[in-house]
Amino acid sequence: MAEFISQYGALLWEATLQTLYMTFFATLLAYVLGLAFGVLLTVTKPGGIAPAPRFHAVFGWVINMLRSMPFIILVFFLIPFTRAIVGTSIGETAALVPLVVAASPFVARMAEQSLEEIDQGVIEAAACMGATKWQIITRVLITESVPSLVRGFSIVLITILGYTAITGATGAGGLGNIAYRFGYQRYQTGVMYATIVILMLLVCIIQGIFNFISRRADKRNR
Amino acid sequence: MIEIQHLTKIFPVDGGEVRALDDVSLTVENGEIFGIIGMSGAGKSTLLRCLSLLERPSKGRVLIDGTDLAAMRGGELREARRRMGVVFQGYNLLMQKTVAENIAFPLKLEKGYDRAAVNARVEELLELVGLADKAKAYPAQLSGGQKQRVAIARALATNPQLLLCDEPTSALDPLTTTAMLSLLEDINRKLGVTVIIITHELSVVRRVCRCVAVIGDGRVCEQGLVDDVFEHPKSDAARLLLKGEG
Repeated sequence: MAEFISQYGALLWEATLQTLYMTFFATLLAYVLGLAFGVLLTVTKPGGIAPAPRFHAVFGWVINMLRSMPFIILVFFLIPFTRAIVGTSIGETAALVPLVVAASPFVARMAEQSLEEIDQGVIEAAACMGATKWQIITRVLITESVPSLVRGFSIVLITILGYTAITGATGAGGLGNIAYRFGYQRYQTGVMYATIVILMLLVCIIQGIFNFISRRADKRNR
Repeated sequence: MIEIQHLTKIFPVDGGEVRALDDVSLTVENGEIFGIIGMSGAGKSTLLRCLSLLERPSKGRVLIDGTDLAAMRGGELREARRRMGVVFQGYNLLMQKTVAENIAFPLKLEKGYDRAAVNARVEELLELVGLADKAKAYPAQLSGGQKQRVAIARALATNPQLLLCDEPTSALDPLTTTAMLSLLEDINRKLGVTVIIITHELSVVRRVCRCVAVIGDGRVCEQGLVDDVFEHPKSDAARLLLKGEG
């Protein structure tokens, strides 16, 4: 065990940091974009606060198309785009591009669902008080769905954590990359098992933290 | 004075239309408590939604001191809405905000509001509705009657001249109902605010309203002083309500 750690410890530690870097920044960026998309989907739907049925239908279709693309194909498909933005298609920062593109539509649908939980009556009450559409979005829709959005955040984090294993196999570092190189290409299963254990621990920790935060954030269960 | 003139609301449905309100005309004097009563499905809720401009009337006007709400849009309408408070049947409070934050909500919609003035106003309103000790509580921790008080305080925050109440007591027990009606009377007397109560409960109208309009099938069946209308009912709708009372 001590020998294993002295031999691979530094490698695994570095890979864990790379994985966390990709996971957190991709989730953060995907949430910024995805929440905006989710708000757009919610307010433009028929009966929403700014109904635009045609836009809603087209935008919903685009989101679905992006979501239907298998992630590994998306990574290859986006290589020219990634190069244009980051300058290279190799490495963790480059991996953020396909991760964000894949996760944003996913976040959009999750956010849409969270926002839809808000009682129509509360939105009408705000309108009756003279709130503008923007005020309704920022002070009712989003603030009232914070607990639900936080719960969604953990789901997205863990999904993206899984995706980083794929970017690890296509040019970025991280635990997926280690597992692929050592476990698959070199038959060093011990290293692969170690990455699996680390990933399991990460999922447990992320889920635990977010369960705690969302419980604290929700003022309905007091 | 609030004048509803020839208000008609038509909803399109598959293969036709539904006339939810049909040529409704009413006059409510400033400073009075006015009751609008009717059975379920009579058009009461649609009338309230038209008064608060949540629905645009298909025809007719809603005049508040001579200006037509139904013709307003955008900023003008938002401004007019701040002179009118609405208390909803389901309270419609923000569940993730404290009682004080809920009451402050309409005040903070204004650009460049004064934080100290808002806090002072919230305290004043909490005092008025008797919830001074609940400022930091969340709606989930309150009883139905307490939630309704928060809703009333919130509706009064911007000093409206008109308070619209949609079935304000239908979810409350008799004791809480009595307390709620006393509060509405109190507010009407102290602040001089005009109150319109929409209800299906005859006892509510008898208790606090001076004038009443009976709604049935989307029309005003009769209107007048409460005593006159229910001593000598002329319409079937009024007689039906009296019969329901037993």
